Amino acid sequence: MPAVILLLVMGLVLGLVIGIVVKLFGAEVDPRLEEVEEALPGSNCGACGFAGCAAFAEALVTGKSDNPGMCTSCDEQTVGKLAGLLGLTATMQTPMVAVVRCSGDNDKARRGGLYNGVSDCGHASLVAGGAKACLHGCLGLGTCARACPVDAIEMTPAGLAVVHPDICTGCGKCVRTCPRKLIILAPKSAQVHVLCNSPEKGAAKRDACTVSCIGCRKCVKEAGDDHMAMDGFLARVNYDNPPSSAEIAAVCPTKCLQPSLIAEAPAPHEDEQQEVVNA
Amino acid sequence: MDGYFPLIIGAILVNNFVLTRFLGICPFLGVSKRLDTAIGMSGAVLFVLTLACAVTTALSRFFLVPLKIQFMQTIVFILVIAALVQLVEVLMQRFAPPLYKALGIYLPLITTNCAVLGAAVLSTKNNYTVMKATVFGAASAIGFALALVLFASLREKLELAQVPKCMQGTAIALVTAGLLAMVFMGFAGLGG
Repeated sequence: MPAVILLLVMGLVLGLVIGIVVKLFGAEVDPRLEEVEEALPGSNCGACGFAGCAAFAEALVTGKSDNPGMCTSCDEQTVGKLAGLLGLTATMQTPMVAVVRCSGDNDKARRGGLYNGVSDCGHASLVAGGAKACLHGCLGLGTCARACPVDAIEMTPAGLAVVHPDICTGCGKCVRTCPRKLIILAPKSAQVHVLCNSPEKGAAKRDACTVSCIGCRKCVKEAGDDHMAMDGFLARVNYDNPPSSAEIAAVCPTKCLQPSLIAEAPAPHEDEQQEVVNA
Repeated sequence: MDGYFPLIIGAILVNNFVLTRFLGICPFLGVSKRLDTAIGMSGAVLFVLTLACAVTTALSRFFLVPLKIQFMQTIVFILVIAALVQLVEVLMQRFAPPLYKALGIYLPLITTNCAVLGAAVLSTKNNYTVMKATVFGAASAIGFALALVLFASLREKLELAQVPKCMQGTAIALVTAGLLAMVFMGFAGLGG
C-alpha cells in the first residue's frame, strides 16, 4: 500500500513540475506542422529530397522548401490542400514510375554459375557478377523489392523484379539499391520500355538471354528517330518524347521491347466501374 | 570534508563510469563524433545525474527505507530520472535548439542510461548521505564528460587519419575506446 501511495504522489508531483516548466519555458511548435505531417503519406520514401516525411513537413513549415508538389507520393488533392494550408503555390512533378530494364528471368536467361551466398543482389554481384551468364541483367534476389517503401516491386517466381506501376510512387529508392543500375525512373505516361540494359554486342547477348535487345533497329525505324534512339548496341526509348502507342512493341523480334504494364492493363474507366457496381 | 576528496577522484578517474565500469556506452559511442555535441551531452548528463543522485538518495533514505519498500527502488529511480530528462529536454528545446537537434534520440535515451541509474543505485548501495550522493553524482558526471570529451577529440582526429577501409567508422572507434579504457585502468589504486 505505501508503495502505491508513494508512486501516486511522485507521479503527481513530477507531472506537476514538468507541466509548470513546459508552460513557462516550452518551445512554441507551429500548429501547422502537425497538420502537414498528417497529410503527407508517411512512407518516408525520400523522393522530396528530405530525410523523411517529418523532415519534409518541417522544411515546408519553416520555408526551407516551397513546393509541396515535391512529394511524389501525394495525389493532386493532397498537394493542393498543403499548398492552401501553407500559402504556397505547388507545381506537380511529372508522375514517374520505376522500370526494371531487364526481362530475362531464370527461364529466359542462361545461367552462368551457381550462387549460394547471401540472398542479396549487392552480395551476389560481388561474387563474379552473380549467377546469370549476362553480367548486366536482373539478379533476381529482391534487394530493390525490400527497399520499396510501398511494396510496389514483385519478385516473379522465375526470379525477376517487376514494378507495379499502379502502386509505384516514383520515389527512386530502388534505383539507388540496384547494383546493376537497372532501374530507372520513367514517365508514367510512357507506353513502351526497352527491357534490356546490356551494352554487349547482339550475338553475345542473344547467347546469354532470349529476351535481350539485339540491336536490330527495327523499333527505331518503326517509331522514328524522335521517339527512340540507339545507344551503342541497345535501343532506348526517348522518355522526353516517347512513342505514343504500345503497338510498336509488336515489331521487336526478341520481345524485349515491352508495353508498360499500365498500357497493357489500363485502369477501368469510371463508367465501366460504375457498370460493375450496378451489375 | 572528510572522505569527499577520494570520492571525487574515485568517481572521475579510478572508477570512471564509462571507461572502468563500462556504463553509459551507448551515448559514449553515439554522440562522440563531434566535440561540440559531446560537450552538450556532457552538460545534459551532468544536470540529470547530479539531480537524480540527490533526489533518488533522498527518496530512498526518507521514504523507501523507513516504509520498508526498497523493492520499489528501480521503478522509483527510473521515474525520477525520466522526469528530469523531460525537464532537460523542454529547456534545451527552448534555449538551445541546434544542440537539441544534434543530440537527437540520445537525449531522451538518458532516461534509460545505465550510468545515471548506476550512479543512483551505487549511492544507495554505499549508503551515502544526500550531500555525499550529490557530490558523487556530479563527480561521476564529470568523469563521464571527461571520457566523452577525450573520446570525441580522438574521433575528430581519426576523421583525418588514413584508416584502412575495413576498419573505418565504428570499428576503429571501438579499438580507440578500448585503448582509452586501458589508459584509465592505470589509475587503479589511486585515491578511494
